[in-house]
Amino acid sequence: MQPFDLLASLPAIAAAVGLTITSIVVLALDMFLKESQRRNIAFVTAAGMFLTAGMMLAFWMPTAATEGLYWGGMVRFDMLATMFCVIALLGGGITALITIDVDKLGRSGEYYLIITVSTLGACLVSSASDLIMVFLGLETMTIPLYVLAAFRRDDKKSAESGMKYFLFGSFASAILLYGLSLIYGFTGSTNLYTIAEYMGSDAFTVNLVPVLVAITLIVVGFGFKISAAPFHFWTPDVYEGAPTPVTAFLSVVSKAASFALLVRFALTAFPPALAINGAEVQLFWTNLAAVLAVVSMIVGNLIALAQKNIKRMLAYSSIAQAGYTLIGVAALAADGREQAVAGISYYMLMYMFTNLLAFGVVILYSNATGKDDIRDFAGLSRRSPWMAIAMTIALLSLAGVPPGAGFLGKFFLFQAAVLSNLTWLALFGILMSLVALYYYLIVIKYMYVDKGEDEEQAIPVSGTYRWTLAVVTIVVILLGSFAVQPIFNWAMEGAQTLFASL
Amino acid sequence: MENTGLSLVTVVLFLPLVGFSILLFIPDAQSRNIKYTALGTSLVTFALSLVMWANFDAANPALQMVQRWEWLPQYGIGYYVGIDGLNMIMVVLTTFIMSIGILSSFNAHVIQERGREKLYYLFMLLLQWAMIGVFVVQDLIIFYIFWEVTLVPMYFLVGIWGGEKRVYAAVKFFLYTMAGSILMLLALLYVGTQAGTFAVPEIIAGIQAGTISFPLDGLFSTQSILFLGFFIAFAIKVPIWPLHSWLPDAHVQAPTAGSVILAGVLLKMGSYGMIRFLLPMFPEASVAWAPIIALLAVIGIIYGAWVSFAQTDMKKLVAYSSVSHMGFIVLGIFAMTSIGIQGSIIQMVNHGISTGGLFLIVGMLYERRHTKDLAAFGGIWKAMPLLGAISLVVVLSSMGMPGLNGFIGEFTILLGSMGSTVLGIGFTVVAALGIILAAIYMLNFFQRIFMGELDKEENKNLPKLEWNEIAVLVPIVVLAIWIGLQPAPFMNPSDATVESLVAQVVPDTTTVAQLPEAGQGE
Repeated sequence: MQPFDLLASLPAIAAAVGLTITSIVVLALDMFLKESQRRNIAFVTAAGMFLTAGMMLAFWMPTAATEGLYWGGMVRFDMLATMFCVIALLGGGITALITIDVDKLGRSGEYYLIITVSTLGACLVSSASDLIMVFLGLETMTIPLYVLAAFRRDDKKSAESGMKYFLFGSFASAILLYGLSLIYGFTGSTNLYTIAEYMGSDAFTVNLVPVLVAITLIVVGFGFKISAAPFHFWTPDVYEGAPTPVTAFLSVVSKAASFALLVRFALTAFPPALAINGAEVQLFWTNLAAVLAVVSMIVGNLIALAQKNIKRMLAYSSIAQAGYTLIGVAALAADGREQAVAGISYYMLMYMFTNLLAFGVVILYSNATGKDDIRDFAGLSRRSPWMAIAMTIALLSLAGVPPGAGFLGKFFLFQAAVLSNLTWLALFGILMSLVALYYYLIVIKYMYVDKGEDEEQAIPVSGTYRWTLAVVTIVVILLGSFAVQPIFNWAMEGAQTLFASL
Repeated sequence: MENTGLSLVTVVLFLPLVGFSILLFIPDAQSRNIKYTALGTSLVTFALSLVMWANFDAANPALQMVQRWEWLPQYGIGYYVGIDGLNMIMVVLTTFIMSIGILSSFNAHVIQERGREKLYYLFMLLLQWAMIGVFVVQDLIIFYIFWEVTLVPMYFLVGIWGGEKRVYAAVKFFLYTMAGSILMLLALLYVGTQAGTFAVPEIIAGIQAGTISFPLDGLFSTQSILFLGFFIAFAIKVPIWPLHSWLPDAHVQAPTAGSVILAGVLLKMGSYGMIRFLLPMFPEASVAWAPIIALLAVIGIIYGAWVSFAQTDMKKLVAYSSVSHMGFIVLGIFAMTSIGIQGSIIQMVNHGISTGGLFLIVGMLYERRHTKDLAAFGGIWKAMPLLGAISLVVVLSSMGMPGLNGFIGEFTILLGSMGSTVLGIGFTVVAALGIILAAIYMLNFFQRIFMGELDKEENKNLPKLEWNEIAVLVPIVVLAIWIGLQPAPFMNPSDATVESLVAQVVPDTTTVAQLPEAGQGE
């Protein structure tokens, strides 16, 4: 056992430290600032998160020498963790910025505080390498989200959404915890690496079936967090009822972090070579992921076709997106596994920007008009051409049509599936994206082709929104064009370090 | 040698995007500036594409003015453009038709009525960029990206500025093409993954050298399935009977310039794709499937002509005539002789000119009368003699009158299919029948509009042609006569490339002279 070295251990929790400082500053500002000035807290929150992300990228990038387990094996410091942590930080920061003018939320310090804490949880989740930390991180991330979903106490829908989310969420947490405790019971250890080592050794004599039960329970728990069908029932109601910025946040940050955890957990605790009683455990959970992927893509895409409310439509679309990403998880089974991990990371990064862009426009629109039905977007291209362009790019990217980043995101995932001999799954994904195209196009059709009621009235766009949405739009296009190469290389590096440590 | 500075091809490709960006910042109200920025961009692009033609070395069968940048090296994907005998003339056709299309929209009624002029021209330039991209890129993934991008502006052009049932037509167009492209995406992912690169020349070189091979043992083996994946996408675009049903709807509902571009360029993306990708990448499958595809093409020729004759809607009539004409092009390609393919290439240009011209004429009549019904016209020659004279040339060119461009294309195609080693003589005979039918329906079209008595009151005082209407029709007439009288300068550029292509696909019968060596395709 190496002696504890504080300075060397700090980079592993750099994000947590940065976010803690941010949250203290936010808390203090909330006390001292006057009501009229509290919207500035958004800038402070965003600055804190972007700064943390920047510092992590500039000074605390993991190298071959520094990566490894830290803090008593609780967290692992590697490229994958850094990447997903940066995704969470950027997602949190952008969410803070697009909340700034939202009624009630924009001027309350506690909102920003809760967002910061939830982001902190997401960062812990993406680096967790111990069962205790897995559960702790997930709860730190999710409990603030229950609060946020019910943030508009006087609004019945918001309260209902918070309640539903809480009930389903705690139920799923219980199932997950049961699975985790079974694993602990079988192996007597909470560290993922020790667990894998023990299960691979001769000392491990537990029957295969209980292990598979434990895996199933854990996958069900994760399935809830990433809103994969058939564990998606909370998603539409919560997405619709929660204040839109909260929906935006929970649709990207908690999903991305949960995918990071799913990949790390599955690969570390049940590595490719592990066989119990001669049966390859990995095939079990990758097949499970393939089934979830198929069900999510069907449920998400087909029900999204019938939606009238844009938030509900985006909710079902996010279920479908979870399905596409699960194709990557299923592809972890064979030769395509490195591409699969990189593909998942890339997909989550581009999905974070794309979905926040779409939600940003929705927030802006419903702020100005108080409406959020798809039909209400009629004539947007005449009222605010730039907003319509931003929304179009976001939707095309979600649909996987080339100019946006989504095309390459899907390309990497499907490519990984083909490499892992899951051509049928890639085929299915491609066919389902064709279905998805229809409901995204409907929105675009409303914006450009149909006539709205108050055609001539431009929608007021404040400076913050203008800049945030413009930058995010450009990032989405860049991720689909010039920036692919460096970002994907980075993701590949993350994938390779993960497999090197197994 | 490759990456020395900026290739002219790259410049031509991205100029429309530059114009697009400038246009984005011109205020909506400045209608004049918007129009002339769009026109200026398309004219400069056209001029540069002519410079490109002037610098093109026709004797060299390989890609020229190549530009290549790595994009995703681990997957073998990169920006890779270049021109050769197959695509050079298509680029020029695109830039030419786009200039015509933009100029012809200047006083379009529908734009004034529905407004949003700027958006219209933005979509036009976006479309131009994407179409040039489809023709010049040599990387499968980037090709697919451009192929998809062409859908978006066309969808809006039809959906916003189209006729009564525009949304239906736009969605049908989008879904048909998208369904085809999904199959193509799957096939090209498989090809690229197996080959380790998505660069088409490298894949073809690998197939030639035997390092990459897709087995073909029977009509539904790997190579056949890949072939069909690409083929269906291209066949929908062309369109080949029985996949043509989106075309009449899209044509009838599209605004005039939309129809012109659709007929002039977008359909050619399909037939170009067949020559560029299908033949060299899947040579055995191409030979094996050739008779079946030729059969569909011939059915299309007759069917298109037949249905066209029965139409009372002018636009529908021209649309079905496209189905017939495109059948010729496909027949020429799958004859697998260099004469046939060269004929197809020149016929793509001819069809762009003649059918584009027909749609312009129909559009001009529609602007004046607001109906597309043939019965509403008659005796227009007396009211608009200039339009009548121009229309006569265009109609004759479309039906393949010797001395005009259409004849050159159809004649060479028939010549090529006659000498084909993979197709029987029957195809040629039936296709030749198509030319006769074309004469019937085209003359019917001309007669019912321009001939006869000027008996309808509304037709007596039709406004004269505007300056821009004359400006778009004159180049079309000039080209129709020029290609008809002196086709060599237009056909020579494709000589060398087509020769080497045919040598790759049908190795033991490089020229028609070696006919007895038939042993292909059993």
